[in-house]
Amino acid sequence: MAVPRIAISGLRKSFGPKKVLDGIDVEVAIGESLVVIGGSGSGKSVLLKCILGLMQPDSGSIRIDGEETVGLRRAERARVMRKFGMLFQGGALFDSLRVWENVAFGPIQSDRVPVDEAKQIALQKLGSVGLTPDVGELRPAELSGGMQKRVALARAIAREPEIIFFDEPTTGLDPIMSDVINDLIVQCVKQLGASTISITHDMASARKIGDRIAMLHEGKLIWQGPVAEIDRSGDAHVDQFIHGRAEGPIRMQVRKG
Amino acid sequence: MNIPLVTVLGRMTIAFLGLTGAVTTFATRSLLHCFEPPIYRRQIGRQMLEIGYYSLPVVGLTAIFTGMVLALQSYVGFSRFSAESAIPNVVVVSLTRELGPVLAGLMVAGRVGAAMAAELGTMRVTEQIDALTTLSTEPFKYLIAPRIVAAIVTMPMLVLVFDAIGILGGYLVGIYKLDFNEQSYLRNTIDFLEFMDVFSGLVKAAVFGFLIALMGCYHGYHSRGGAQGVGTATTNAVVSASILILTANYLITELFFAR
Ligand SMILES: Nc1ncnc2c1ncn2[C@@H]1O[C@H](COP(=O)(O)OP(=O)(O)O)[C@@H](O)[C@H]1O
Ligand SMILES: [Mg+2]
Repeated sequence: MAVPRIAISGLRKSFGPKKVLDGIDVEVAIGESLVVIGGSGSGKSVLLKCILGLMQPDSGSIRIDGEETVGLRRAERARVMRKFGMLFQGGALFDSLRVWENVAFGPIQSDRVPVDEAKQIALQKLGSVGLTPDVGELRPAELSGGMQKRVALARAIAREPEIIFFDEPTTGLDPIMSDVINDLIVQCVKQLGASTISITHDMASARKIGDRIAMLHEGKLIWQGPVAEIDRSGDAHVDQFIHGRAEGPIRMQVRKG
Repeated sequence: MNIPLVTVLGRMTIAFLGLTGAVTTFATRSLLHCFEPPIYRRQIGRQMLEIGYYSLPVVGLTAIFTGMVLALQSYVGFSRFSAESAIPNVVVVSLTRELGPVLAGLMVAGRVGAAMAAELGTMRVTEQIDALTTLSTEPFKYLIAPRIVAAIVTMPMLVLVFDAIGILGGYLVGIYKLDFNEQSYLRNTIDFLEFMDVFSGLVKAAVFGFLIALMGCYHGYHSRGGAQGVGTATTNAVVSASILILTANYLITELFFAR
């Protein structure tokens, strides 16, 4: 059997008394797209940050291409990080840099690509998310939300990573722009043959991007299965979530912490 | 609720020790990254411009008025026992040893320390610092080390400028208001000036630069909780840098001049 791209087992993470992740087990195969759904504050972003090493998990194992990454030292971590691209929830574009410099940042700073060449790569990536070269000269703050998401997407794919994470790529966008972003994601991922984990609240987006869906609730993945089976999961939590009902077993939490 | 005083004091002590440890670890890590390649020269250059060049107006204004008021006030004091000739020397020694580094330090803490905390804080809460890491760039190297290096290098230059402009301010008041002879004012300024006066001031400046950048980066890097968190980080950066400057000033003075 092939080694999965990402294999997570027994992953736990708490903030003080609050258990955010409470024993996560999940695998992502090579070229597979996993969508993680779950309510706000259920720990979806924390899950991605643990995999990326931005947060230290309390216990558990995260293997990337069979290599254990929990407790990896800094230099080693940078090498593993090279396999990843990440689209952050808020875009997280560097607002002191121009748009093309944002996209070229990875190639220039970590792959030591000469600036001219990196600019060409950046413009080409901007083109593949539907942005013209003159947008490249603007600052991120001058762009609309949808355009910022596109730039963030271009930056995430600029180094042609093997693994890409999308944290709520369509949240806050209108339905048309959401669909545009979904299409771009599907297209980019297909082109790169990358494995992905996407986080979303948006079921339309989940069905479009995902091969498999997993639902995070109270620190555990309470259901996972192929996209086609989400409508007959037989799980009351999943049903409530995908139909967006106020009534059901899921209680909205008021406080963050 | 009634908490015994001892408990409060105990908690405060523990919190203080914890903070000292955290800052020391942060400082060590930052300094190590200053010497370990890759060195981001462009970032250092940008910060030097930001800290040095753009602080010139503030520092210049502070310096000229400080020099002027120093001459005026020492005249009031020294004329009481006819020691007016000591004024040029008093002005230059006070400026180079104390007022130059301390006042420039406090002004730069307000301007640059606050800006560093606000910029890094915003980068933290908008996940830009996390984004750096995912692009295989170490935030300590790319963001913090350049600020610390630039501040250590630039502050002594700023203080030299402060000293020069401050001396000019004293000179102007001396000549045009207190009717000093130009030649003798200048001679009294230079003749009594010792190397250690200027040198100790520059050492202070470098240390203050380090403290300002360290506090700006520490509070910015650790800020959380949106706009309000960034605001708190900015205030804390300025207040802690100012207190550390005043404390370090006494300690360095003691080191240089105590017998
Ligand atoms: N750095 C942190 N410190 C403390 N608590 C945190 C931190 N990051 C996230 N949390 C908490 O973890 C929980 C999950 O957060 P998150 O993963 O961002 O939720 P979401 O599923 O909406 O992405 C939240 O309750 C949040 O308050
Ligand atoms: Mg989130």
